[in-house]
Amino acid sequence: MLCDICNKNQATVHLTEIVDDQMTELHLCEECARQKSEQMEQQFGLSDLLAGMAEFTNKPVQDKEVMTAKCKKCGLTFADFKKIGRLGCSECYSAFRQYLAPLLKRIHGSSSHVGKSPIMMAQKVTAPKKDKETGVIDDLAGLRQKLQKAIEAEEFEEAAKLRDQIRNLEKKE
Amino acid sequence: MKLDDLMNHTSEWLKGTGPNSDIVISSRIRLARNLDKFPFPHWASKKDSQDIFLTVEDARAKIDFLKSTTTFRLAELDAVDKQFLVERHLMSYEHAQRTDSKAVIIDDEEIISIMVNEEDHMRIQVMQSGFNIFEAWNIINRIDDALSEKLAYAFSPEWGYLTCCPTNTGTGMRGSVMLHLPALVMTRHINRVLAAIAKLSFTTRGLYGEGTQASGNFFQISNQVALGHSEEEIIDNINGLIRQIIEQEQQGRESLLQTNKAMLEDRVNRSFGILKSAYIISSQETVELLSMVRLGSDLGMIKNIDRRTINELFIITQPAHLQKLESKKLTQQERDVRRASLIRERLKI
Repeated sequence: MLCDICNKNQATVHLTEIVDDQMTELHLCEECARQKSEQMEQQFGLSDLLAGMAEFTNKPVQDKEVMTAKCKKCGLTFADFKKIGRLGCSECYSAFRQYLAPLLKRIHGSSSHVGKSPIMMAQKVTAPKKDKETGVIDDLAGLRQKLQKAIEAEEFEEAAKLRDQIRNLEKKE
Repeated sequence: MKLDDLMNHTSEWLKGTGPNSDIVISSRIRLARNLDKFPFPHWASKKDSQDIFLTVEDARAKIDFLKSTTTFRLAELDAVDKQFLVERHLMSYEHAQRTDSKAVIIDDEEIISIMVNEEDHMRIQVMQSGFNIFEAWNIINRIDDALSEKLAYAFSPEWGYLTCCPTNTGTGMRGSVMLHLPALVMTRHINRVLAAIAKLSFTTRGLYGEGTQASGNFFQISNQVALGHSEEEIIDNINGLIRQIIEQEQQGRESLLQTNKAMLEDRVNRSFGILKSAYIISSQETVELLSMVRLGSDLGMIKNIDRRTINELFIITQPAHLQKLESKKLTQQERDVRRASLIRERLKI
């Protein structure tokens, strides 16, 4: 099969494009495929999609103030993020917090982490902390107590958090 | 380990073993991790990127668990070598572009790979043969723990692991299962299945991940949501979904055998016949025909050819693998000839 664009080389890349619900198949040679993929990246990348979502959640995104909001650590502006769809550093999460929180919620349907934590983080919390509400000390026994309660109350998100804390503590011991 | 050593070795994920390996090719989990204090790779200076690489490399060397790994710096690899790693699913296509301070860490068994300075500082990946997503999680969780003991990660208790792209924020985890679903394609049930998958916030991709089309009836299914669920929950969800798809494919195979056995045997054996006798063959045609042969072998229509041989053929007939076999650059036409002869040789009974 010859390349659909140059009609000279053998087609080795097979591409399906959907435009306005119309599906077209393209068979391209390596060279034309490379050019095509550069074009597509310019036309419509993940960045547009993300930026579009950010727009959706923040009515006044066109505001000068919003667009010029800047991360002090790495210098990335919100306008940069809108353009490239990627953040510049972990501090950007604080810098653009008010815009990112609704965006994260839109992407994931949630904006709070319930998964594991890095070991180094867990180790930083060395002094036994007392839980404000229950007064139970956050050591292994205390955490296990809380886990049991959380399971009984069917608070599984809380239980998952506690389980990870327990695992981390167990590894340290 | 040298890169060329991989050539004489079957990747763990191609072994064709593990649960449900008639339908599930491989299970894979990747974690996106970043170091605190450094800009993300696309925004980092040359000096920063170099420091990121050295920091990760230093941690790797100190972790017992990663003793049998080798670090390859991409700037030191040629185009064929890079493509070779992509074909073996040890790194992404994107990682092979613009190679400054990029590296990939690979273990001898090709179970673990860590891309350094890809979209995130680290993309840790663990692959298993067959439907083995829990085992993949056990392994990657240990690697991640070991690394996080040595490296200060970018992490927020509220939002979890902070990643370059907000689609990965949270667990930074993506679990993917590669499935071979010829019966669902032939019975035209696949669109219904794919639509259901999309509704459940999962994505479907082709053999080579993001942006590739599904060919040869191979589909890679992965989770989209990374925040708001624990890693175990996400894996449970994938597990439940994949289990259902496996069942549907099994039913599809049963019903084809009952109602269309002659058609099936015809397609399987024609495909086998072409592969055994072709002198020029493209990689696209190869994948499509091998898919039929794999199905035939699963259903006992083709004997004496095991799953591992077929799985291996999918990879060694790829362009970079052919060129590594020949130890020289081949034009497309030369590759099509070499590919055909390699297949004839391997399928000789």
